[in-house]
Amino acid sequence: MTTETAPDAAAGELLAELDDLRVWFPAGGGARVRAVDGVSLAIRRGETLGLVGESGSGKSTAGLALLRLVDPTSGRVRVGGRDVTRWSRRRLRGLRRRVAMVFQDPQASLDPRRTIGASVAEPLVVHRLVDSAHARRRRVAELLELVGLRVDLAGRHPHELSGGQRQRVGIARALAGEPDLIVLDEPIASLDLSVQAQIMNLLRGLQRDLGLTYLFIAHDLAAVEHMSDRVAVMYLGRIVETGTPAQLYRQPAHPYTAALLSAVPVADPKVERRRRRIILRGDVPSPIDPPGGCRFRTRCPQARPDCAEVDPALTEITAGQRAACPYAGEAVRAMLAGPEAPFPDGPAPRTTGR
Amino acid sequence: MKTSSPAAGREAEPVLDIEDLTVTIGTRRGQARAVAGVDWSVRAGQTLALVGESGSGKSMTVLAATGLAPRAARVTGRVRLLGEELTTLSEPRRRRLRGRHVGFVFQDPMTSLNPVLTVGRQVSEACEEHLGMTRRQARDRAVELLDLVGIPSPGRRVAEYPHQFSGGMRQRVVIAMALACEPALLIADEPTTALDVTTQAQIVELVADLRRRLGTAVVWITHDLGVVAGVADTVAVMYGGRIVERGDVDAVFAAPAHPYTRGLLAARPDPERAGGDLPAIQGAPPSPLELPPGCAFWPRCPVRGDARCEHELPPLVEVTRGHEVRTFYPGGEDA
Repeated sequence: MTTETAPDAAAGELLAELDDLRVWFPAGGGARVRAVDGVSLAIRRGETLGLVGESGSGKSTAGLALLRLVDPTSGRVRVGGRDVTRWSRRRLRGLRRRVAMVFQDPQASLDPRRTIGASVAEPLVVHRLVDSAHARRRRVAELLELVGLRVDLAGRHPHELSGGQRQRVGIARALAGEPDLIVLDEPIASLDLSVQAQIMNLLRGLQRDLGLTYLFIAHDLAAVEHMSDRVAVMYLGRIVETGTPAQLYRQPAHPYTAALLSAVPVADPKVERRRRRIILRGDVPSPIDPPGGCRFRTRCPQARPDCAEVDPALTEITAGQRAACPYAGEAVRAMLAGPEAPFPDGPAPRTTGR
Repeated sequence: MKTSSPAAGREAEPVLDIEDLTVTIGTRRGQARAVAGVDWSVRAGQTLALVGESGSGKSMTVLAATGLAPRAARVTGRVRLLGEELTTLSEPRRRRLRGRHVGFVFQDPMTSLNPVLTVGRQVSEACEEHLGMTRRQARDRAVELLDLVGIPSPGRRVAEYPHQFSGGMRQRVVIAMALACEPALLIADEPTTALDVTTQAQIVELVADLRRRLGTAVVWITHDLGVVAGVADTVAVMYGGRIVERGDVDAVFAAPAHPYTRGLLAARPDPERAGGDLPAIQGAPPSPLELPPGCAFWPRCPVRGDARCEHELPPLVEVTRGHEVRTFYPGGEDA
């Protein structure tokens, strides 16, 4: 398989790469969960690559593979030009300094018995980045300031902080080793709405100031659009479409991308009432036994007989946009022009107002 | 399925009417004022969306109104379900009324489902208990209900257990249970929050369709403004235990009058306004244990009026017909 998000030669240095990666997990009885099943991704220095998909799409597993927190079944993981696929545990410690991770639930990723200062200092100690208690305290203070936290919070425990503050601590920890790449796995999903924007602003500011590279994994399509330079859409262990946010959101080529976008509710009742929703029937099939041919065909409103025969590869639609569907574009146009959404009129006429 | 809901024919009367509801919860760290002086009502066939962040009191309002508040909670105010005052009823009578006329759907379907009973048994239980059906009739009714909520091959799946269903299908089963007695009122507390966006779209369509066909009144609790825009007729925005803005969904989204509502709507990423920082609301929602004396939003408010905002609770005032807001500065900075 070719590199699915091949960067243009001119578009910057390649920082990390997954090459035809498969990550299968044992599922009992000899069965295997094909969490990631042939994914190629290229991340350039300084960019944010957004990775979207629903539960079971394999997006988090792909992110974990970049830190070698899961073992690849086949394929390659390259970081900074070096093949880290088979690195030993000792060498991986160095990798995990260059590639850091921020998790969804800051509550679960912080040790409740440790102070904030101790949690932020941990990577400094592990990577031997400070040689005295004084230097450690100074660096912890610096990191807290960097993420917009008051230095006196260092003595507090996680339960004394708000969700947004805890996520800032998670980001400070990720920054401790001065990484090149940060894998952000649903970093705003468990935060209150009014706090999500603060964290997105912080992440963008840090990227600007420190020259960071992000893999931004999320199911929130609006947030991914806002944060990303390029976006990859995953379905059932595969990438089905990649492109810039403008390409994907204005002119999705893959039927799944189109359906996903049409399912996102918009905070405008007039738009909601007018809109044409593509409602997908049924559920995502099991990754233990994905459908043959195109994996999306069992739910695709535009599936044709030969979709069961051919497993489509990503092909270029327009410059920088690729989709894994032989009927890309055409199928989406047919879906959007198709029969009316089941309830095009929105909520029923109201009886009385209050 | 019959479409006669208990509320049919009394459309003028609210299905659920809440007046001056206040909930105080005693905790080790003091008295938490979870809900303070909340009024609203919902009519047959209408959807009211309660919006708010964590600690806003949106879920507690509904739990307290239906008699499901935790034991440590002190609830005052008046709650009428189909004209009957719930707060003065005995617990067994209230339970009966609730079981017969109110259906609940919560965020995690597994909190409502018993893993060791078949889904058919769970759906039919309410029919036996409240509608006096025989076991046989109730089973047929369960198949009918599973079909109604869009579960394929309901005749076969009725004998299966919750673990054999996907998350979205489980939530459909819970909706079938909630609808078993053709309730006058459906309370949906973040019913799609744990679901994927394509599944969420299915559930939103399902509830909208059922409401239309059955005339059920719906109270939909959510933090997602997009979902509100898609499901609601009227919306009430809660903050720090109080309603800060409410009205017709079009009026509130077209001209949000409270700085908090405006801030929430503005903080969402908008493709039309790409690049640059998002206009975030600073700080975090207040804890019900530490509510400021005046306007609860004052410490985070970009308008930041004056000493009055800090010390005095603004009243809920009408900005346009049926659109009310609790602020001294309904027009923003220049008001």
